[in-house]
Amino acid sequence: MIPGGAAKQDMRHRVTGTGMVILRTLLTRLLTTVITLAGVAVIVFFVIRVVPGNPIAMMLPPGATEEDIARLSALYGLDKPLVTQFGIWVAGVLQGDFGTSITTRQPVLDLVLGRLPATLELSIMALVMAVILGGTAALIGTRYRGGRREGAIDVANGMALSVPDFLWGLVLILLFGVLWPVFHISGRVTPSLELPFTTDFYLFESLIRLRFDLWADIVAHMFMPALALAIPLAAIIGQLLKQSLKETMNLDYVTLARTKGYGEARVILREALRNAALPTLTLVGVQFTFLIGGTVIIERLFSYEGLGNMAIDAVVNRDLPLIQGIVLLFALIFTAVNLIVDLLYAVLNPRLRHA
Amino acid sequence: MSFLSIRNLSVRLKGGPPLLRRVSLDVAPGEVRGLVGESGAGKSMIGKAVLGILPPSVEVTAGEILLDGTDLLTLSAKDRRRRIGASCALIPQDPLTALNPSHRIGPQITDRLVDILGWGRTEAEARAKALLAEVQIADPDRVLRSYPHELSGGMRQRILIASAFAAEPRLIVADEPTTALDVTVQKQILSLIRDMQARHGTALLFVTHDLGVVSKVCQRLSVLYAGMVVEDAAVTDFFAAPHHAYSAALLAATPKYTDPKAGLNPVPEAVIEAVRAEVAAFDRESAR
Amino acid sequence: MDGRSLIRRRAGLRLWLSAGWLMLLGIAALLAPWIAPKDPLAQDLFLGRLPPFWMAGAEPGYWLGTDSLGRDVLSRILHGARVALLVALVAGTITCLIGATLGLLAGFLRGWVDMVISRLIDIWMAFPPVLFSILLIAVLGPGLTSIIIAIVVIDWTRFARVVRAEAMAQGAMDYVASARVAGRGRIGTMVREILPNVLPTVVVLLTLEMGIAVIVEAILSFVNLSISTDDPTWGGMIAEGRTSIHQAWWVLVFPLITLFLTVLSFSQLGEGLKDRFDPVLR
Ligand SMILES: Nc1ncnc2c1ncn2[C@@H]1O[C@H](COP(=O)(O)OP(=O)(O)O)[C@@H](O)[C@H]1O
Ligand SMILES: [Mg+2]
Repeated sequence: MIPGGAAKQDMRHRVTGTGMVILRTLLTRLLTTVITLAGVAVIVFFVIRVVPGNPIAMMLPPGATEEDIARLSALYGLDKPLVTQFGIWVAGVLQGDFGTSITTRQPVLDLVLGRLPATLELSIMALVMAVILGGTAALIGTRYRGGRREGAIDVANGMALSVPDFLWGLVLILLFGVLWPVFHISGRVTPSLELPFTTDFYLFESLIRLRFDLWADIVAHMFMPALALAIPLAAIIGQLLKQSLKETMNLDYVTLARTKGYGEARVILREALRNAALPTLTLVGVQFTFLIGGTVIIERLFSYEGLGNMAIDAVVNRDLPLIQGIVLLFALIFTAVNLIVDLLYAVLNPRLRHA
Repeated sequence: MSFLSIRNLSVRLKGGPPLLRRVSLDVAPGEVRGLVGESGAGKSMIGKAVLGILPPSVEVTAGEILLDGTDLLTLSAKDRRRRIGASCALIPQDPLTALNPSHRIGPQITDRLVDILGWGRTEAEARAKALLAEVQIADPDRVLRSYPHELSGGMRQRILIASAFAAEPRLIVADEPTTALDVTVQKQILSLIRDMQARHGTALLFVTHDLGVVSKVCQRLSVLYAGMVVEDAAVTDFFAAPHHAYSAALLAATPKYTDPKAGLNPVPEAVIEAVRAEVAAFDRESAR
Repeated sequence: MDGRSLIRRRAGLRLWLSAGWLMLLGIAALLAPWIAPKDPLAQDLFLGRLPPFWMAGAEPGYWLGTDSLGRDVLSRILHGARVALLVALVAGTITCLIGATLGLLAGFLRGWVDMVISRLIDIWMAFPPVLFSILLIAVLGPGLTSIIIAIVVIDWTRFARVVRAEAMAQGAMDYVASARVAGRGRIGTMVREILPNVLPTVVVLLTLEMGIAVIVEAILSFVNLSISTDDPTWGGMIAEGRTSIHQAWWVLVFPLITLFLTVLSFSQLGEGLKDRFDPVLR
């Protein structure tokens, strides 16, 4: 680092206060979030309306008259001009009314919120697995850099990255569902179990209620889909963090720590990890949104009753209001994740935190 | 009896050329030895060898590094680390990169005391505060709670000096500790190191390419060329009459503080040729 | 030095293995109607869930067994390769042409062209690809054409982004300036000087894109949004195998292995080419 550059940086942070930086990040991000969401809403609404087939006609039994179709269209407001429909829809959304599902005739909001906890739990479980797997790989690879073990980790990472979560899911089904059946390959919980839950966050609630029997059953259902989602992300974390760690290990402050008497493992964990993890963090945020996107197909594969599974049903049934609701919710989750990552970065980076 | 005694130390790039050629030097307790030579001569390499932080791309091919009579090279990695950590310290070259940006200053001074030497936390913190006062830092409490980026380069170098003296080491390696600093700060830092060294009676291996600095700080010096010690002398003798032609030329090339107008005399080609021939002869000798 | 040549040799092996598998698959797909032992659509309920040839109860001629409707697994895999590779080629090529052209124009012409294309790329990036594909398939309805359109519409930015950056870097180099000085026009310079230099990157991206296309087709036929269920697709076979996994594992395993190797090969081929084109070993 050139001294002049560092001095300039010092100056900047002295001028802008800590809170200011975080506040400004927050505001900018909130604004872009709102704009993105509005954009998504507009695109989703209008794109879906150019759909060639008539979803109403598909809902009715064969032989339904034009009159029936018109009546049902009027019921769903599909007979009004597009702009009017959009106005009605937006007004509804702002009041928490996302319309009614065409297939189940239930409010979209209820359906979507009912499935959201399952998908959130699955995604978070997958994220935790990815961080643990990828982090361990990176740490071991760094500890034994230049050796055989690092080579093996590189090969495994390369493999894990070349193949998407869908295929890993199938491989896991064969391994742990058929060859050595230790985990459940479908559903979220064994249907015959009595669930005393008041929320849909089964995993968390079973823990809080200390029902470890239920918890174990839920984990045994969630393990494989979560792992399938985690494998590609784990590989990315492993590669990036390892590279970042190896670069950090050559820095002066790490060398100085070595002269103090610390061993390799301790130096990696205490001196290098935190600084090396920071650049990985932003990328993990982006990749986590991909992981959440992956739940759509993985939930289908494991018959896991979450949002993604519902999304595919909605597409197959052309349930427009439901598709709208789900896509909007996914967009909300994506932007929220990005927002959280930005804030986390600001909080963890001491250069921004203290001025 | 010297505290540090390097005997015929040879280091080379793995599968490559030698970087240090049978280097021998001693540092007595409380003594300051200068290590001079042009850039790339291997000065830092000697310091790294002593502190056990040689880069993985190089290897020690022969020699001994005796620290208080024990050869570091025969110890297990862990024992060596512990021994070095307990009795030696480093004042690094670039204060801007030698502090961990994500830890506060306090723990970076006290960590060795607490983790390696088993001090209590409060005890170590009191010690850190006293040290910061000793290196003339005005507001020790605030500085201990600061992150490195909040402090200036000179301030950080003071902290690194304080940190080096924290465990009362018997030997400190200072690797060009003022090169990265502003000229105005350089003099302060230099006299600070000298004062601290004198007060604590610590032996110092002082790496520099500046003979002017050597004349002010050191008692003895080693002149290095291409990883070979060409001269080992007391500073007063050296400045009166250097023995080796190369070190004499080096001395002549140093601008005099007494006479800044004298200008630079680059080391003459003939001298360089001669010392290169010496190195080549040495390599032929060791190849046999 | 030894380690490097070893790595390079291993990288070469990887390249040849993946190219070999894809060649084999391509030939099999071309010749499927002639080399497939059975009609991939022929059902025979008396021959349902026959095991592969080495197991007890296998019928001669049904090498990899049959599914629950008595359809020959091997023949369906071979015919499924036609669908998979067709999507890979068509979707990959169109995506590549559109994306690379836009990227080249943006990166070389700069100015308002770059402004417009870059903004488009930004908007695309803000829109998560999964949402995009759900939406597109919902709108377009199931089928191969929809799948191809979806891939092109979603993935053109992959090419555009990289090619734009590369073209910008190349455009800043001396040889381009000297070509201009020598009197070559803008478009001429772009086609003659820039294009050949970004071509290796484009080839790598195209290879990777084909792998993506194969997996997208498999996923959509798995959830029954591709061509009709009767027609043989790897994804469709996997979906059917998934339901009878405890009774007839082979219905799932063989198409899965084929799909796995194909996706892996496209990606390894892409990575291998990247190393090969890169003068410095990365
Ligand atoms: N990490 C390293 N790997 C390989 N060679 C090195 C490394 N560090 C230094 N060297 C080489 O060792 C020689 C001595 O370097 P050094 O001790 O840093 O010189 P200086 O006297 O300037 O401190 C130089 O030729 C340098 O190129
Ligand atoms: Mg040096």
